[in-house]
Amino acid sequence: MNNKKLRWLALPYLTWMVLFTIIPLALIVVFAFTTRDGNFTFDNIQHAAKYLPVLVKSVWLAALATVISLVIAYPLAYIMSNMRLNYQNTMMTLVMLPMWMSFLLRTYAWMSILETNSGLLNSFLGLFNLGPVHIMNTQAAVVLGMVYNYIPYMILPLYTIMVKIDRRLIEAAQDLGCNTYHVFRKVIIPLSFPGITSGVTMTFVPAVSTFVISQMLGGAKNYLIGDLIDQNFVSGGYNPHYGSAISLLLMVVVFICMGIFNQFDNEEMEETLK
Amino acid sequence: MENSVIVKLEDIVVVYDDEMVLKKINLDIKDKEFITLLGPSGCGKTTTLRIIGGFAKPTSGNVFFDGKLINDIPPYKRHVNTVFQKYALFPHLNVFENIAFGLKLKKTPEKEIRNRVHEMLELVNLEGYASRNVDLLSGGQQQRVAIARALINKPRMLLLDEPLGALDLQLRKEMQIELKKIQQQTGITFIYVTHDQEEALSMSDRVVVMNGGVINQIGSPEDIYNEPENAFVAKFIGESNIIDGIMHEDYLVEFAGQKFVCVDKGFAKMEPIEVVIRPEDIRITEPGDDTIDGTVENVVFKGVHFEISVASYGKTWLIHSTQYTAPGTFVGLTFTPNDIHIMHKSNTKNVMKSLVDEGEENEQ
Repeated sequence: MNNKKLRWLALPYLTWMVLFTIIPLALIVVFAFTTRDGNFTFDNIQHAAKYLPVLVKSVWLAALATVISLVIAYPLAYIMSNMRLNYQNTMMTLVMLPMWMSFLLRTYAWMSILETNSGLLNSFLGLFNLGPVHIMNTQAAVVLGMVYNYIPYMILPLYTIMVKIDRRLIEAAQDLGCNTYHVFRKVIIPLSFPGITSGVTMTFVPAVSTFVISQMLGGAKNYLIGDLIDQNFVSGGYNPHYGSAISLLLMVVVFICMGIFNQFDNEEMEETLK
Repeated sequence: MENSVIVKLEDIVVVYDDEMVLKKINLDIKDKEFITLLGPSGCGKTTTLRIIGGFAKPTSGNVFFDGKLINDIPPYKRHVNTVFQKYALFPHLNVFENIAFGLKLKKTPEKEIRNRVHEMLELVNLEGYASRNVDLLSGGQQQRVAIARALINKPRMLLLDEPLGALDLQLRKEMQIELKKIQQQTGITFIYVTHDQEEALSMSDRVVVMNGGVINQIGSPEDIYNEPENAFVAKFIGESNIIDGIMHEDYLVEFAGQKFVCVDKGFAKMEPIEVVIRPEDIRITEPGDDTIDGTVENVVFKGVHFEISVASYGKTWLIHSTQYTAPGTFVGLTFTPNDIHIMHKSNTKNVMKSLVDEGEENEQ
């Protein structure tokens, strides 16, 4: 195939990217560093920095949700990759099924499950004279919502990588003296690292910037950085300059987090090889 | 070779999905021997190897290692290492790390690991490749890494599953010689699986011919070639002429409408048998009274010899000869009593049936 001739095929996406990624990004930077009159200023950034505790909380909850997702998804993805093909497809459909329903609807459903007074969970516990448990409007509810909504994005890349691992490598490892634990540590985990990296990225990034989950399940106490941005653009306190500054800050933090994660990734990888 | 038995397979039966893959296999493998499991694909040779390696469990029957029952011992606890088909090298590790894998698991001191890996690299002629990425090696080099990775653990026994299958002819021949050399140097028992009869004959101390989940014959390469026990073995190992015949009495056999003196005995009087004569054992002479006469149909030059087919009363004979004979020539075929190999017919029937079955499967 002649690559040069087919280059124009990249044009639609290129246009798309410039129009809807590069230009908006540039606008955010411009807004973050200007006043209403269009003069250059650092005030917005300084204002945004006041929300650092919210940012830290967002990163913390998103990280927690990501780790929980990884812990749940990893064994599941491994088991799935070892199933017969038709079972694999069924499992895949089950994993994807919630994604076919509206995100909003799913989160509302969680609200009615977790509700302290009349929720499904507490009604059920009430049958046994237990509870009520207060999960609604706590950080736990937010993390639960994040894990529930984003876990497919963790399972998918892990599963995709794991089905590609040659089963003979596992036999070779056993042959050379690996018990089940060592097979995982020395072969399966290192070989599934690319899946872990993309799964973590795909879970953490949307989780850290979510606003629906925190608003609906976390209540007023658990506003996250996404809610702040939302407020500055949509709700009462309209201020695109503050909103942009906070967005920019969030972006930087996400970059730093991913950078740290990748660093840890490489070290872990090297550690495993020893 | 009078070495003790290292592995004993006793009445091994393996059933997969209602299909009997191994049907009561009994086999003794001696210490320090080079033994080859030979047979067409689907004959159960790889399954037999996997049973010894611990990757498959027999449905019934026992596996003994040094006299101890090892049916339930997992692979990682067996003193056996495997060279896998297509090598199965770890792609995330370089050559050194691949070879050192087993020793690192055993927490061998760093220094000893380095020394032994370099010894191994020398043994398999890969000095200077230690830090190479395994994906960038040629097939032959990957093969050597796989051998080194297995041998470094000093196993009592090395299992090789069609290790040369993916290499080209030239390289395969070189590796055959090298493998044999390594086996002799290290004194490790080699169990080698292949469907290539030439490979089996040129490397092994003993050959186990398998077909349809059954062992057909166990013997030295010479025995297997010269005294095939049935038509399957005769056909699978080299080319051969197989003719129906009748054993009149000891040392006297009749086939192709004539009686011949032979060296076989112990058959029932007038027992229907099958005769095997290797193409290279037949000489072409003038037609006469005690020869099988026929017309040369076809001559193909094969390099070392001519492959000549001679039609004689409805039967086509295959002859290998260094002498050219023109097609259409009327000739006589002759052989010595030693060249006539006689097989029981009953031995053959089942085997031939399975050969036919397999042929049909292949066609589907």
